[in-house]
Amino acid sequence: MARTIQSLERAAAALRLLAGGERRLGLSEIASTLGLAKGTTHGLIRTLQQEGFVEQDEATGKYTLGAELLRLGNSYLDVHELRARALVWTDDLARSSGESVYLGVLHQQGVLIVHHVFRPDDSRQVLEVGAMQPLHSTALGKVLSAYDPVAHSEAADGRREAFTEATRTGLGEFEKLLDLTRARGWSADVEETWEGLASIAAPIHDRRRMPVGAVGITGAVERVCEDAEGEVHAVRARLVAAVRDCARAVSRDLGAGRF
Amino acid sequence: MTDTHSTGPFIAAIDQGTTSSRCIVFDKDGRIVSVDQKEHEQILPKPGWVEHDAAEIWTNVQEVVSGALEKAGITRSDVKALGITNQRETTLLWDKATGEPVHNALVWQDTRTDALCKELGRNVGQDRFRRETGLPLAAYFAGPKIRWLLDNVEGLRERAERGELLFGTMDSWVIWNLTGGTEGGVHVTDVTNASRTMLMNLQSLQWDAKICESMGVPMSVLPEIRSSSEVYGEAKGELAGVPVASALGDQQAALFGQTCFAPGEAKSTYGTGTFLLLNTGEEAVNSYNGLLTTVGYQIGDQKPVYALEGSIAVTGALVQWMRDQMGLINSAAEIETLASSVEDNGGAYFVPAFSGLFAPYWRSDARGVMAGLTRYVTKAHIARAVLEATAWQTREIVDAMQKDSGVELTSLKVDGGMTSNNLLMQTMSDFLDAPVVRPLVAETTCLGAAYAAGLAVGFWPDTEALRVNWKRAAEWTPRMEAAQRDREYKNWLKAVERTMGWIEEEN
Repeated sequence: MARTIQSLERAAAALRLLAGGERRLGLSEIASTLGLAKGTTHGLIRTLQQEGFVEQDEATGKYTLGAELLRLGNSYLDVHELRARALVWTDDLARSSGESVYLGVLHQQGVLIVHHVFRPDDSRQVLEVGAMQPLHSTALGKVLSAYDPVAHSEAADGRREAFTEATRTGLGEFEKLLDLTRARGWSADVEETWEGLASIAAPIHDRRRMPVGAVGITGAVERVCEDAEGEVHAVRARLVAAVRDCARAVSRDLGAGRF
Repeated sequence: MTDTHSTGPFIAAIDQGTTSSRCIVFDKDGRIVSVDQKEHEQILPKPGWVEHDAAEIWTNVQEVVSGALEKAGITRSDVKALGITNQRETTLLWDKATGEPVHNALVWQDTRTDALCKELGRNVGQDRFRRETGLPLAAYFAGPKIRWLLDNVEGLRERAERGELLFGTMDSWVIWNLTGGTEGGVHVTDVTNASRTMLMNLQSLQWDAKICESMGVPMSVLPEIRSSSEVYGEAKGELAGVPVASALGDQQAALFGQTCFAPGEAKSTYGTGTFLLLNTGEEAVNSYNGLLTTVGYQIGDQKPVYALEGSIAVTGALVQWMRDQMGLINSAAEIETLASSVEDNGGAYFVPAFSGLFAPYWRSDARGVMAGLTRYVTKAHIARAVLEATAWQTREIVDAMQKDSGVELTSLKVDGGMTSNNLLMQTMSDFLDAPVVRPLVAETTCLGAAYAAGLAVGFWPDTEALRVNWKRAAEWTPRMEAAQRDREYKNWLKAVERTMGWIEEEN
């Protein structure tokens, strides 16, 4: 059996001591129960406190279990909560970009669309909430694959179907795209999933900086990309900035710090 | 925000609401440029009594206006007009000479005039003034609240009769102060706010001398009734020179912001409670199905546009109840997750008649009921029944509106917090058998006030230009079979039946 780490064992013992009901203990009580020096115990508790696993009562100076422990078991972000928080920002993105907006999360082997804002023109459009998109070819899917390790393994291990001539199906070129996505902080899909359509997406992080979803726009390739005669189309910088701003605003709303 | 907002000019709208005052700056496309908001204290002296400190509100209004301008990085010269929307019916009396309120404002939710309203009904009952005012005698409305203040606060009636006092709903208070207060402030209200006092005749749009007499309100305290969209005066102080150019009660402002300018167009705002307004055009439609008749808006010297109004007391509040009292969900949004985990309501129906049934029943002896329970029913089915309750209550009000007006609802424009609930919006469309549409700008109340102010100063040429600004953000279309809808509606009505007569004797 591999060597165990003593300080982790001690931290676990301290947490167990504080667990169960409304228990408040002072530093010396914890130290004597664990049979540790006060200084060692203080270092231990302070580290746990920084991680949010332990909290100190300001008035008495005693310690209790922290809120973070509760969140550990319940860290899954409700997608409807995500939609409610994103509503204002995605509306604004639709207005500023003039394109339709999608919010997606990882679901099984694909991207589940949890929110959709129509393109703000007078055309008939159908609400696509509940639809699935592929992970490996869409902007939303590539963002999720780049930032969420679970999405990454689904996309890397799964079948990468060629929807158009532009779809990258090889693992090497797919990984390269994800590297680029991580380096730039956003991803694009220029006719890789649907002929004539281009998308741009950026990641949404929660307060623990965990990737919880992706937000993006989709529109006609002529509108989303710059004019480039016969060349590989480049998406418009103005639209990239708008998408990233929206993703940052939603992340901030979920408690993620500035980045 | 990324892309450059147009550099102006702009319209600013003040929303003096029940819990907070806000100011939003809009550009010509109706896009939000900046928002500032400040909450004020809810003063609860006794059960059922709710008051606001009007001086605090005026201070907050000034602060949020400065705040919104600062956040937008603009000055008063960039603001072409200022519009006002407000919590309706909240009643204030203040001293004309000093500008000091003589009592806290009595908030619309305050029920202290319940007994007075019964008394005012005499032998006729709650519909004594309905023909003239479109309203039943109920505690919400401002007229009886004025009477209560004059009767119960020492010396007020004498001061009122000497002409020393001014009455206003919050629009009047804000406009009077904005335009100079004791230094020449204009004492006005608009037709929509006046239509909630029970003192205005809906046809003449003037104060009804007979009703004022019956209500015991001296007409000298009343403001001048003006249209919803015209320049009432110029602001003084920080906004010096900016035209104060609109006033609309909050629900009417939302109707305007949703650009419901044609008869048959309706909007529904889903918050703690829900308010549904249907444009009935130039005709004030009398309701025989428990709805209110009210003024929708009036633009300058054009003819007024009337509306039918129905409200649901408990909608978002029911979801909060599931979260706070029942502990079945952790956040309001989770109701959709729970409800989506099952295909249907499992036979369960929930009628949240927590304080009786409102429109179209008006049964104060009713109390909430969960019906159709079997061992099969889970908390997920109850969550579904919770959402269905909001949808069915909307259907009941829409049905009542169609009966009263003969106008067929073509689609329902929705706004408010609950519109982020996809399952609810789909269910609503299924139950109404009509499309449900969410606009791109959620802040329809402030937008309505901004639109009305902008029209008054020519910032926008006409209502057609405003319609162009209205963009569809989402639309839900009916997917339910007619037979299933009818069967479910019948079950719902059976459940409603079971709420009635629970309270055996009033008091």
